[in-house]
Amino acid sequence: MTPFTVLQAVAAPLLLDNIDTDTIIRVEPLFSGVPREQLGPHALAALRFRADGSEDPDFVLNRTPYRSAHILLAGDNFGCGSSREGAVWALMALGIRCVVAPSFGDIFYGNCFQNGLLPVQLARAQVEALAHAVSRTPSSPVTVDLPACTVHAPGMAALHFALPARRREGLLRGLDDLELTLARSAEIDAFQARDAQARPWIYLKTKETP
Amino acid sequence: MAGRTLFDKIWDTHVVVDLGDGFSLLHVDRHLVSDPGSKALAALRQRGHAVRNPELTFATPDHTVSTAPGRTGHTANALRYLKDLRHETQTQGIRLFDLGQAGQGIVHVVGPELGLTLPGASIVCSDSHTCTHGALGALAFGIGATEFQHVAATQTIVLQRPRQMRIWFDGALPSGVSAKDLILHTIGRLGATGAAGCAVEYAGPAIDALDMEARMTVCNLSVEMGGRFGIIAPDARTFDYLRGRPYAPAEALWERAVTQWRELRGDDDAAYDREVRIDASGIDPQVTWGVSPQDVLGVGGVVPVPAGPAQQAALDYMGLRAGDPIAGTPVDWVFIGSCTNARISDLRLAADIVRGRRVAGGVRAWVVPGSELVKRAAEDEGLDQVFCDAGFEWRESGCSLCVAGNGEAVPPGQRAVSTSNRNFVGRQGPGARTHLASPQMAAAAAVAGCIVDHRTLEARA
Repeated sequence: MTPFTVLQAVAAPLLLDNIDTDTIIRVEPLFSGVPREQLGPHALAALRFRADGSEDPDFVLNRTPYRSAHILLAGDNFGCGSSREGAVWALMALGIRCVVAPSFGDIFYGNCFQNGLLPVQLARAQVEALAHAVSRTPSSPVTVDLPACTVHAPGMAALHFALPARRREGLLRGLDDLELTLARSAEIDAFQARDAQARPWIYLKTKETP
Repeated sequence: MAGRTLFDKIWDTHVVVDLGDGFSLLHVDRHLVSDPGSKALAALRQRGHAVRNPELTFATPDHTVSTAPGRTGHTANALRYLKDLRHETQTQGIRLFDLGQAGQGIVHVVGPELGLTLPGASIVCSDSHTCTHGALGALAFGIGATEFQHVAATQTIVLQRPRQMRIWFDGALPSGVSAKDLILHTIGRLGATGAAGCAVEYAGPAIDALDMEARMTVCNLSVEMGGRFGIIAPDARTFDYLRGRPYAPAEALWERAVTQWRELRGDDDAAYDREVRIDASGIDPQVTWGVSPQDVLGVGGVVPVPAGPAQQAALDYMGLRAGDPIAGTPVDWVFIGSCTNARISDLRLAADIVRGRRVAGGVRAWVVPGSELVKRAAEDEGLDQVFCDAGFEWRESGCSLCVAGNGEAVPPGQRAVSTSNRNFVGRQGPGARTHLASPQMAAAAAVAGCIVDHRTLEARA
């Protein structure tokens, strides 16, 4: 996983509420096995492209300088719906490394940390203020500082965001939960041995039907 | 010390390590795997890790398999997933319920029917509708693909304790109003973010009165209002439902389990972060008009005036006009299926509407049973005949037109009434227009050729 530290980049305002993971990435490219690095052309397809497949010039990510945005300013409940991690992969393939929104779909939010995409939760008024600042000077980069937990847009005071220490640490170091948990194998063994006394019906013995 | 909620009690039982900051390493009792999971299993193997507890892991194909009669329509993706799923489960010693076997079907239908889903158990699956299993008093939730690998390799998951919300339903649902209407109405009231970041406990007399399958429908849609978890305290109905199921405990172990399960309810002084009360007796059959499950109204209502550009875009996508009654809107497709509403009780409700009637001209209507066992049970009762006589297509079990990831899709611009869970833009196929509704409402739309209050259909001779 790529570590995340400080990102200075163009931010694109897309303040629509309830952008679901189906909208972020359709199921077809995922099921047909498009590699995650190549999902970019499929990301947000329903919003980026018209029915004939041509780019919709009105859509924010199709306009200069937002085309090169690495930060997305989004509405409520970003990434709601399906658990598909492909939504995170698709955004990253599009170049997005940080999404700032008032709230996120829970599973999407968790998936972000598994892949080095930073989800920043701010009050709606703060996201709107950021969008407003960005629209005044679209080319001026927004700074997302993970060590300091701040977002800074031109002409605005830095905004602080909260992140669980564990999540922050994981992103800063590009850490993978799996290796950390494998090191706790003895504790899992002990839990299962103890738990099997209390709830023996949980611990099935074989893969065959009883 | 303040009392604990049902959710607290199950959570605490599963903590392997308290990681601080509200995070825990939680034990996973049941890991359910569907066909896209074969990718994560392969990835894990390639990283050099084995599945830690294959005996607690269960697989069945549902998302990509063809539901055409005789499974004749497999796409290249489906064939590849099937091959991979068979290979990975065989190699890693995981029980696979393959096509045609009892146990195959939509994972959220299969888990409870096999007794894999148990009160007080923790259940994960790489699918957002895993919240369905909470209907049996389980701590059940959807995960992502990387989390899948973590679960498979360690039988645990890192999770931050959610906030908690209780929705209390007073009164009783009116006749002809179903669990689907109850939960759609609730999402309409609370919004798509109404339960964001929360585990939702459903309680009250209207929940107590629901049978197990109806409770699954309620919990299934928790994620559509932002909740990763839905849960209902287990009761005598839960135990009756589970008794004798293949993977449920038996004999002395059963008695011991039930004794423990009876304790699975919130303490009287347990505190919730948020409490909502809803009167179930005032709910009508519901139907969605927009592109989020929160865009819902009673079937007697009119399409609302858009509150902003997003709602206007939703109306444009759906081809609807503000102020028009939603009833009478012509439909092209009807889909009765999905992990929300493809259990035997759902098919019975739909068949009761369909019996002795014909699907309206120009409407394509599908019934896709949620599992192989549901399909067999329905055929034993003759429900397949009821549907076929009326002009429905009777199909094999799978996700089909809910996620439309198996080559089956509603064509662009066509309008479907669906018993599924999502009316997102393009969910049932690019350009498809979806109205979510109950099995009775979907069946009625098929025979009327338009959205209609099923309670107003004329009595049959």
